Amino acid sequence: MFAAALGIAAAIASAGCKKTAVDPFPAAGAVAGWEKNGDTRVYAAKDLWQYIDGDAEQYLQAGVVSTSTADYKYQNQLDAVVDVYTMGDAAGARKILEAGRSNDAQSVPIGDAGLAYAQSVTFRKGPYLVRIVAYENGPGTQQALIALAHSVEARL
Amino acid sequence: MKSRREFLKEAATGAVLLGAGKLALPAVAQAHGAGEKSKVVIARDATLSAAGGQLEEQRVLNLLDKAMAAYTGRDKPVEAWKSVVPATVLNGKVIGIKVNGLGGRGISTHAALILAVAERLQQAGAKPGNILVWDRNAGDLGACGMSVNTDPSRVRCYGSEVTGFEDQPVQCGPVSVRLAKILAHECDLVINMPILKDHGIAGVTFSMKNMYGVIDKPFLLHDNHCNPALADLNAVLAVREKVWFTIGDAISSVYDGGPSFHPERLWYPNALIVGEDRVAVDHTAWQLIDHKRAEVGMPTLEAAGRAPRYLATAADSAHRLGTNDPERMRLLEV
Repeated sequence: MFAAALGIAAAIASAGCKKTAVDPFPAAGAVAGWEKNGDTRVYAAKDLWQYIDGDAEQYLQAGVVSTSTADYKYQNQLDAVVDVYTMGDAAGARKILEAGRSNDAQSVPIGDAGLAYAQSVTFRKGPYLVRIVAYENGPGTQQALIALAHSVEARL
Repeated sequence: MKSRREFLKEAATGAVLLGAGKLALPAVAQAHGAGEKSKVVIARDATLSAAGGQLEEQRVLNLLDKAMAAYTGRDKPVEAWKSVVPATVLNGKVIGIKVNGLGGRGISTHAALILAVAERLQQAGAKPGNILVWDRNAGDLGACGMSVNTDPSRVRCYGSEVTGFEDQPVQCGPVSVRLAKILAHECDLVINMPILKDHGIAGVTFSMKNMYGVIDKPFLLHDNHCNPALADLNAVLAVREKVWFTIGDAISSVYDGGPSFHPERLWYPNALIVGEDRVAVDHTAWQLIDHKRAEVGMPTLEAAGRAPRYLATAADSAHRLGTNDPERMRLLEV
């Protein structure tokens, strides 16, 4: 947790913003039904391939500075992962969000812009690009993801 | 560069040492004489899995048996496996199973299939501890649903992070990379078990691309849509000669947005793609991805600017890893 906050603080500092350290990951119970599982993992830009080899390039080209990720569980049934990409600026976050948009995306009012699918929610806020993905689908999955996304957004 | 078939012939006559001992030429390789087509099998069970559903292990095993029977012409699973894996390997050599958990839990080689292969190998004569399931690290293996185990009395399972990489690099064109010691030293033969995915750089990731998980710095090989680096890597001697056979997992797949997990692009081919010719296997995988993209109204990979050109490179006279010519393939769909 502390490492994640440090990582993001360092990223923001290097991006030239004046912002105090943030921990974007809601603690267990902060959002109804959601529990954070395990530690936050942090990847510097040069190490992002270790997490998403093959996808890292598009984030690097968009100016990613660091990435933090954590696993969550909803009502002890639904597993999900929250990825927070700290980009160099808002344009980088916008570039990634728009590149991933497809016709079946549903716009959602989270942060500066958000997109939702049945099993995933992606939004941007300033230099942050957040992607939340569920590993299963079921009744209420999307609403649960959106609730978690709002909580992450409020912490950025 | 020596072709795989030439190598196998030499192995059969004892002229080549692979790992710790001599290999005997498997019947399948013997059947591939000059001019014969590369056989690729797509085996399907249309209702094997669906969104949110759990895989039934017995049905996965049945699908594996169906694929192997079609490939080898042997109905009994044990006999089918014995015709693919040489007796000299089954009797005491280490057989690696290279899986792929890079995409995370939603899109990784399925544990049910990995365990099915391990079960059949044991029934064919391999000792449990001589079977080593591996990928880059414990996280990738966990994404596949596998747990780390180093106990030699059971099927072993651990990542390259445990034993590390060779000190001496190998060349992929101008790029130096280091092979995982698991491949270079521990395994005598490797069954390649990728999962079918679209790939934002290479176009398709399947059999040959799975080998990016056996080196220390795969990101160095992404230039120019992984071409020619992907072919160069597969032509490295240990990769060419030890990675023997592909049991490709196409039970689920992503047809766009890969290699990461994008549930909105997930689909269920409910299939296995099996073959010895890695280029032909990957060509077949490409066709499946493009067929799905057309079905949902997406441009082909060619139109999207990322057709897997590394296939032609892998098939060229400098690499000779297999064929990308459909006329030289024998596709069996069962």
